Amino acid sequence: MIYREAGQFKTSYAADQALLTIPMDRWFVMGLVAFAVIVMPIIGSDYWLGSIMIPVLILTIAAMGLNILTGYAGQLSLGSGAFMAAGAYMAYKVATNLPWVPVPFAILLGGCSAALAGIVFGLPSLRIKGFYLAVATLAAQFFLLWLFTHVDWFVNYSISGVPSIADYHLLWDWGPLVTGADASVEARYLFVLGFAILLALGARNMARCKIGRSWMAIRDMDIAAEIIGIRPLTTKLSAFAISSFYCGIAGALWAFCYINTVEPSAYDISVSFNILFMVIVGGLGSILGSFLGAAFIFLLPILLNNAPTWFGIELPADLLSEIELMLFGAMIIFFLIVEPHGLARLWQIGKEKLRRWPFPY
Amino acid sequence: MELLNALLVSPFAEIFGNPYFFMEVLINGLMAGVMYSLVALGFVLIFKASGVFNFSQGVMVLFAALNFVGLMDALSAYMNPVFAIALAGALTVLIMLGVSLVIERVVLRPLVNQAHIILFMATIGVAYFLEGLGEMIWGSDVRPLHVGIPDDVWFIFNEQVMVQQSDLFAAAVAGGLVLTLALFFHYTRTGRALRAVADDHAAAMSIGIPLNHIWVIVWGVAGFVALVAGIMWGSKLGVQFSLSIIALKALPVLILGGFTSIPGAIVGGLIIGSGEKIAEVYWGSAFGGAIEEWFAYVLALAFLYFRPQGLFGEKIIERV
Repeated sequence: MIYREAGQFKTSYAADQALLTIPMDRWFVMGLVAFAVIVMPIIGSDYWLGSIMIPVLILTIAAMGLNILTGYAGQLSLGSGAFMAAGAYMAYKVATNLPWVPVPFAILLGGCSAALAGIVFGLPSLRIKGFYLAVATLAAQFFLLWLFTHVDWFVNYSISGVPSIADYHLLWDWGPLVTGADASVEARYLFVLGFAILLALGARNMARCKIGRSWMAIRDMDIAAEIIGIRPLTTKLSAFAISSFYCGIAGALWAFCYINTVEPSAYDISVSFNILFMVIVGGLGSILGSFLGAAFIFLLPILLNNAPTWFGIELPADLLSEIELMLFGAMIIFFLIVEPHGLARLWQIGKEKLRRWPFPY
Repeated sequence: MELLNALLVSPFAEIFGNPYFFMEVLINGLMAGVMYSLVALGFVLIFKASGVFNFSQGVMVLFAALNFVGLMDALSAYMNPVFAIALAGALTVLIMLGVSLVIERVVLRPLVNQAHIILFMATIGVAYFLEGLGEMIWGSDVRPLHVGIPDDVWFIFNEQVMVQQSDLFAAAVAGGLVLTLALFFHYTRTGRALRAVADDHAAAMSIGIPLNHIWVIVWGVAGFVALVAGIMWGSKLGVQFSLSIIALKALPVLILGGFTSIPGAIVGGLIIGSGEKIAEVYWGSAFGGAIEEWFAYVLALAFLYFRPQGLFGEKIIERV
């Protein structure tokens, strides 16, 4: 009985409506956030913070975005990479052409442009659904990436087409450097973490209030939802807009805080697929799942690359990449068969077990 | 003004100024469309019979082609090339049947009754796996493939329009394949069972059609179609890993034609292929080139606004 729900009485409506009603959950999550904010930057090495935590957190934001669209609103999308690109390119454009806008707002504006793109490419969802829609979102993937690579305006007519990101302070000239190559890893990590926490809170709360409930009604059966008075137009388009907003912010952070350049290859179709895997492996319709899925899918190839050397086996690089592809495919199938509700469900099962521990039934 | 001219005037002036060149572009596009249709056919077969959106079809094309060319090269050292081709083809068909059997057992059977998106994801997993496996067995080099498809050119219309014989051959093969499939579906017992399953799983099961066998057969047929497509694409471009990309080109063909219609796959392929080539040649420069990448998708997308179920798709009726 390590984990207890019994005897946790709620005595006010506020307590009943709290984000996490069980004190144990609440303290655990607060502890985790405090650990991530305070302890991680101190104990984490540059490699851990810069090459693992930052990309995982950014991918988590993108996975949350797709989870809003696919997990909550039930609209399948294969264009998340394109919306990330939209966020990145527009944030770059804002940051370079409107220097009086501080960089966090440039990133937010990038997210807003991605949301606009999401609405445009989400319009077909009013008439088509399922796989037709998935293919339609591929149009976004190809069209937007083509647009950003062929229209020089987006990269300020830079000759290489892959401009690098300048160093920006948090607000104008104030605060530490948060983007670019000269920024310290800790500052970039905390900057990304701030976005991740705020957006996770936002997503969790959106799912609990009216808009989230109408998404879920549309997901479960759109005609029935329409009959009970939910407007499919606004509901579906809001899901597309908010999902793309999240993806856009993730894309902008990817360019500003991780790779330090705006390059189209960082947002190609394999990125879209990877984000879809994160959502599926993590758990559809679960914010926790987005974190777990992003960490799993990002770390798996790293693990697969390093595991043979730990056992003292030297494998040629091309064989390793082939094994990686095969294992990736096999893992996905395995996960889908064994736990179609994803890692988030495993976490839930773990809590069930702890609740009954040490009794096995 | 300049842009309007480039969009609305000069392409048409070019088309009417040199109609033979237009014919050539059109024929090239139609032939490319036939190739897209071949890949789309495999999708349609599987989607019709099992409701699975098989993303791995493109990789199956690649896998079949890799096996075929690998076996052919290995066998031709020992025997007459014609025999080698025939034997390699037969062996590859067997391999593809084996692959479909394994997919049915390992992937589809445990996932019965799951949501469509889960099955779709599983086929992405299959695609990754097959790509890795194919590369591991046969290596990642580009392999030329010669199976005796004529590669000469003909000149028609006053010797003005050039036509590749290999393209005509591909079109003939595609036509023959569709005819064979149509006959198979209409006149054999298995074909009838397949149609029954496509119509209604539960009803088909209740009259004693074994669903699992049907799925193996369908995936096997799709594997065979993949082999034909692979040979066609392989002899055109060489067998290489970018072949799996053509699956992405087959997707707009599918939504244009409707997911459940074999004629739809053919007509959709022809429309997409020709539309794409014409747009690239005459309108591409106005947009800065390489619009082939997205034109097919945008064309299909625009089409969906008017007919959400595709050209030949069944009308979707929904009830609460």
